[in-house]
Amino acid sequence: MLELRNLTASYGAITALHGISLSVPPGRIVTLIGANGAGKTTTLKAISGLLRARRGEILYDGKNIAGLPTHQIVKLGLSHVPEGRMIFVNLTVMENLQMGAYLQKDRQAIQRELDYVFATFPRLQERRQQIAGTLSGGEQQMLAIGRALMSKPKFLMLDEPSLGLAPLLVKTIFEKIIEINRQQGITILLVEQNANLALEVSHSGYVLETGKITLQGDSAALRRNPQVRSAYLGG
Amino acid sequence: MTEFLQQLINGLAFGSILALIALGYTMVYGILRFINFAHGDVFMLGAFAGFYLAPKIARVLPTPSIGSGLAVLFAAMLICAAIGVVIERFAYRPLRGRPKLTVLITAIGVSLFLEYTGQFVFGAAPKSFPRLIPDYPIAHVGGLSVTSDQIIVLSVTGLLLVALRFIVLKTKIGMAMRALSFNPEAAALMGVNTDIVISFTFALGSALAAAAGILFAINYPAIDPLMGILPGLKAFVAAVLGGIGNLPGAVLGGLIIGVTEAFVSGYISSTYRDAIAFGVLILILLVKPSGLLGKKEVEKV
Ligand SMILES: Nc1ncnc2c1ncn2[C@@H]1O[C@H](COP(=O)(O)OP(=O)(O)OP(=O)(O)O)[C@@H](O)[C@H]1O
Ligand SMILES: [Mg+2]
Repeated sequence: MLELRNLTASYGAITALHGISLSVPPGRIVTLIGANGAGKTTTLKAISGLLRARRGEILYDGKNIAGLPTHQIVKLGLSHVPEGRMIFVNLTVMENLQMGAYLQKDRQAIQRELDYVFATFPRLQERRQQIAGTLSGGEQQMLAIGRALMSKPKFLMLDEPSLGLAPLLVKTIFEKIIEINRQQGITILLVEQNANLALEVSHSGYVLETGKITLQGDSAALRRNPQVRSAYLGG
Repeated sequence: MTEFLQQLINGLAFGSILALIALGYTMVYGILRFINFAHGDVFMLGAFAGFYLAPKIARVLPTPSIGSGLAVLFAAMLICAAIGVVIERFAYRPLRGRPKLTVLITAIGVSLFLEYTGQFVFGAAPKSFPRLIPDYPIAHVGGLSVTSDQIIVLSVTGLLLVALRFIVLKTKIGMAMRALSFNPEAAALMGVNTDIVISFTFALGSALAAAAGILFAINYPAIDPLMGILPGLKAFVAAVLGGIGNLPGAVLGGLIIGVTEAFVSGYISSTYRDAIAFGVLILILLVKPSGLLGKKEVEKV
């Protein structure tokens, strides 16, 4: 579904990704873990075109999308829930969801997606006329994911969905992520600080350290790996 | 009392014209965070578009009449919308992501370019604007005189504001404008082609400036290539006064400046008229630095 080949990306003179390669097979959940500043967010931004890749290829369904503007990449069925959610705080919950369906022309399809999002996150339905900026952190995260689902993506990227949420809510969000993957067949690339949880829900994973992939493999195997255990799983 | 009402009406009429211009400043600021100093000159181009179109339209429609007046108004709005899109595309877009000062200086450059090209093409001497709409006699109630031109200004402005409100709040592109003004990256992630939304914003703002130009010329029928400078500056002040980036704020700011000017020139002296806008601005910014309806985020240009 998605393959990165030797991807290099930088912010001005600072190189944040030093030629990383990874692959996300269709129907899978793949996770990218790593310490603060490792380059996880940068990887997702490069994929969705928010940051122009310096070198390397980004193959999406076999097509190199490196260099395309974001709105065209999104049109191909890719959806990115960015770090810090970036919901439109000045718009209502409903308008945020409508923005998610911006490229959808078919009203019935939009209504179906809306029904699905409301079934997944009933809280959003109760608050649909509320200004999104007044939602709680957890509700905003639900909205960010719901908004991404509105475009009926084939490929979903989530940047730290657990950030700042209470443990119970983290559990709910992760259950939803699995559900989205299983029921809708959406392929997911998940970036997480919470490595334990990420490796639990994913099929395979990559460990990123200062812009380089240092470990990769089956999630189950990574969880047993002594290096991963000591560095990311708390021993 | 009559005198008071008279000045109020005069002020509201001029204030609506400022409001229409101010909306363009504030919309562009909301989306690109920069002040398009060439905006006042688009107002001037609107008046000149009307000046040159009027005789052409007079050949097909009876002139002066409401119909021909509206035809000239819409045609000038379309022309200026296109001019606004071209200015953004060729002067500002190549500078996207550059330091604010660079863009600001470019905007001043575009403004001077339009003014000097205007003098070259149209001539520097004032031209008298043709009568587009008949001067309907309006009843003079107790010494109060309201011209039909003033009524036209107020009603056209009212209709344009309703239309703008509809576009911004109820249409997809309006929603994209609001989303973009809050977070361009997130809007792009929704599949919004930000270039198109930015072009649309310039088109909308420039069309409103053109309408203001025509309405201004109807009321003060001598137009020249530098006529945009002062109203442009006052409208900019109105936008800041109302809280830059805020659409109702721009309208409120325009009306406040228009009315204050009318009262000062009516009751005190018209010598001070042009300084009023700036006085009001300083006063309000001292009390509320983000403008009347502005949010806290203040960004210097
Ligand atoms: N806009 C920017 N300008 C300059 N450097 C940046 C920018 N954004 C990120 N960086 C740098 O790039 C590197 C990778 O950052 P990135 O945001 O991808 O890390 P991350 O793995 O997502 O970290 P976190 O877990 O804290 O979110 C860091 O060293 C960071 O300082
Ligand atoms: Mg990050």
